[in-house]
Amino acid sequence: MKPITLSPGQLRAAEIAFWLALASSFFLAPNHLTLLSQILVFGLFAVALDMALGYAGILTVGHAAFFGAGAYTAGLLAKHGWGEPFSGLLAALVVAGALGYALSYLIVRGADLTRLMITIGVCMLLAELANRLSGITGGSDGLQGMEVQPVLGIFEFDLFGRTAFGYAFVVVLAMFLLVRLVLRSPFGLALRGIHDNRKRMLAIGSPVESRLRMAYGFSAAVAGVAGALLAQTTQFVGIESIGFNRSAEILIILVLGGTGRLYGGLVGAIVYMLVHDWFADLNPEYWMFWLGIFLIAAVMLGRGGIMGALSRRVRTQEHIR
Amino acid sequence: MEVVIFDGVAYGMLLFLMAVGLSITMGLMNFVNLAHGSFAVVGGYTAAVLMNQTGLSYAAALAAAFVAAALMGAVLEFVFYRRLYRAHPLDQVLLSIGVVFVSIASLTYFFGPTMLAFNLPAGLQGQFAFAGLKLSRYRLFLIVAGVLVLAVLLLAMGRTRYGAMVRAAVDNQRVAGGTGIHVQRLFFLTFSLGCGLAGLGGALSLGMLGLEPSFPLKYMVYFLIVVCVGGAGTITGPFVAALLVGIVDVAGKYYLPEAGAFLIYVFMIAMLLLRPNGIVPKKGIA
Repeated sequence: MKPITLSPGQLRAAEIAFWLALASSFFLAPNHLTLLSQILVFGLFAVALDMALGYAGILTVGHAAFFGAGAYTAGLLAKHGWGEPFSGLLAALVVAGALGYALSYLIVRGADLTRLMITIGVCMLLAELANRLSGITGGSDGLQGMEVQPVLGIFEFDLFGRTAFGYAFVVVLAMFLLVRLVLRSPFGLALRGIHDNRKRMLAIGSPVESRLRMAYGFSAAVAGVAGALLAQTTQFVGIESIGFNRSAEILIILVLGGTGRLYGGLVGAIVYMLVHDWFADLNPEYWMFWLGIFLIAAVMLGRGGIMGALSRRVRTQEHIR
Repeated sequence: MEVVIFDGVAYGMLLFLMAVGLSITMGLMNFVNLAHGSFAVVGGYTAAVLMNQTGLSYAAALAAAFVAAALMGAVLEFVFYRRLYRAHPLDQVLLSIGVVFVSIASLTYFFGPTMLAFNLPAGLQGQFAFAGLKLSRYRLFLIVAGVLVLAVLLLAMGRTRYGAMVRAAVDNQRVAGGTGIHVQRLFFLTFSLGCGLAGLGGALSLGMLGLEPSFPLKYMVYFLIVVCVGGAGTITGPFVAALLVGIVDVAGKYYLPEAGAFLIYVFMIAMLLLRPNGIVPKKGIA
């Protein structure tokens, strides 16, 4: 089959169509708005992970640490009287970003194995912390009693999730555009260079380590926003927000969509969450079994995910990796 | 105090048995295998089921656990792992997480999500008095088994032709291949051996840790800590690290039950900062 070639204009149209299709699901599937909001949140989380993993090439298996940190930040603020949603998001961004940037000093200088260890270790440490400090976080029962105020003081969060979807859509779109902007900036190009050939980037004088630290901190901040978004839209923070399983799940979503591609995380989240929803009555053990099989198959049959398969069908003149 | 150290050493021996195979896999093949705990679980379940159903003796069940885990390791190496030795670590991580998930789901399907019932043989139950202390027989047995395995491994690696080939391949794979060592077959054998040892460790741990399907995820971090802190590719490194981790963990849970679970992570991060290449770095890394 001959690949289809898209001109830059057509590409832009395709991007706009993608987001319009997402927005239109508000009217097409009004009974599934909660699921749709979650798809958006996980899509954003996967995009954040992609920055660290796909673009900067930092092997991290503990990104739920930042997602959870953001979720608990927004959740605790809302529980203790600061229910304004946007400032909650901002606080989550700052907390998760600071945490990520502080950790990046440990992570960037190590080899792959050390990175893996530290990311898993920190994720498990935070999960244990959230479990132990049950007086503050609610422990394994989850954080309850959040009171999120209406968005902009007008749109109350309703039972059907209409406000939640609209709010999530706007925030995710804004964050996505920010990530897109950053990745297309000279900083993003430097990241791609480091990913492809670290030594040459060093040789041309690129400050490799500080670039990677920035990327990791930024990725953590975006993951924190995704976590806060989930906390605010569901008015609840579960202990599973922060554990290893959530980290593995988001890794699966990203691999399904395709790493190192702007839309990989979003497409992966759409497909994964829809399939998960269809098989919701399935025993969780079977679900885990098929996930495992999928992972093994994905590794053995070659990388790239859905976006990788798509890019073999559709060529673009402008390179939008 | 002495009892805590004794229990910590016994626990450390288990960690050593289960993690030493991982150390070799990571050092020799540069393969990040998060699924190592799955082999331990397979060994443990084999031993427990055989003993419960057919009344096999504990010693025979231990041998069966070794064989079962080694066989599973051999099959997986042949089908999956050998294709990924040169792949990106992300692929290795994904593959091994997949293996963990499949093993958890399969074991839950066949044996249920709870811990398997298991009774220690009469000879290992109870305590004995030593220098005024009451110590558990079973834990003493664990320590003896751990030291025996360490001695056998050190002898095998240091004195035999096979051990020399493994050491050569850890130091420099390409040169080792150039001197006529069949590296792929060596990997295959060593991987299976490591998995077998994990299975043995799993079977030995039946009386102490309690096996359940989610064991590989629960203890994954401990294995990785032991290998990273000790130094991948060595045998003495993981041994020292496993003892330290065992003592720190038991002492932490005993004296500081509030902070117990964190102590081990703090220990890991401190050790990795002090000695980024492990307590006993493998040759070739300055």
